Amino acid sequence: MMVMVVGAGRVGSSVAKSALAAGHTVSVLDADPLSHERLDAGQPTSWEDAGGRFTVGTAIEIDALLAAGIEEADVFICSTNGDNTNLTVAQIAQRRFGIPRVIVRVLDPARSDWYAEQGLHTICPTKVAIEMFSSAVLEPIER
Amino acid sequence: MYVIVVGGGKVGLNLARELIRNNQEVTLVEQDRRAYLRIEQELEHAVEYGDGTELWVLERAGIQRADLVIAVTGDDEDNILICQVAKEKYLCERVIARCNNPRNLQHFKLLGIGPAVSATDLILNIIEHEVPGHGLVHLLDLPDEKLEIIELEVIDGAPAAGRTVSEIELPDGSLIISVLPRGQAGFVPKPDTVIRPGDEVLIVLDPGLEEAITSQFAPDRVPR
Repeated sequence: MMVMVVGAGRVGSSVAKSALAAGHTVSVLDADPLSHERLDAGQPTSWEDAGGRFTVGTAIEIDALLAAGIEEADVFICSTNGDNTNLTVAQIAQRRFGIPRVIVRVLDPARSDWYAEQGLHTICPTKVAIEMFSSAVLEPIER
Repeated sequence: MYVIVVGGGKVGLNLARELIRNNQEVTLVEQDRRAYLRIEQELEHAVEYGDGTELWVLERAGIQRADLVIAVTGDDEDNILICQVAKEKYLCERVIARCNNPRNLQHFKLLGIGPAVSATDLILNIIEHEVPGHGLVHLLDLPDEKLEIIELEVIDGAPAAGRTVSEIELPDGSLIISVLPRGQAGFVPKPDTVIRPGDEVLIVLDPGLEEAITSQFAPDRVPR
């Protein structure tokens, strides 16, 4: 599979690395050239030597998406630090390029829920954190 | 009419002012605390503090009963999202979006957000009107009706120059509706009206025929 990751932060770079390790073709797009360092960190070889692709560009620019290979992508992951950028780019990937699997990170639980209802595969780390905190808070205290 | 304006920059604040002056009910949403406090001095209760892309902020501003939502932040993704939830979640019938980067207009179109207003395109349109000799001017675009009216100057040596209206080879779906000779009043032409170099013609056409029409009247000027 060809996996495209937009936004190489902590989440995006880790997902990219595990997808590459699992034998998939992986292309990463990020506006910040320095984000490449996260892809190299902790690896025996550089990202490119390991077979990964990296493109510097703004997520919403069609030229950048094309340069990163959006037309070949089977899976598209939006993990920039902006909810609105992720949601916009995800819909472009889905509607314009017809990518079968589009996964979007949305930090705002309300928008995550609503866009999930509209047919986007959203992942909301905030909701996961709230659930974990809530159950940790309610755990009985052993003295 | 109840109008929500998201983005309290120069565009948003002046829009809100004008709408209020015209006796419309307005809420302006601004996410920068300092900008909000400054605007509040002037608009008082007509401004709300918050991120206008968050649903609860829009709900607090009363989006459920808004007749018009105008998204004029400096961020195109934000403007797209605001208009999208306004239309699709809150069923607001009319939205207007500002498009900061004209290259993003395709995304507004793809997601059905419109009208999207791009300052760059507005200025380009003005240049088309104001700069003489630019060739083709769009006088009216009716995208829903799939009709346009353009104005063209007939240049010397063009296939149409010196011929009558009935002799000019126009593509199906286009019609010369007016001839404006230089310095004279315009008129509706008859089939035997002769089109001369320097005349301006108004043509009604289906979108997409510009190139075929321009080649008849101003062949060396290709429309963009």
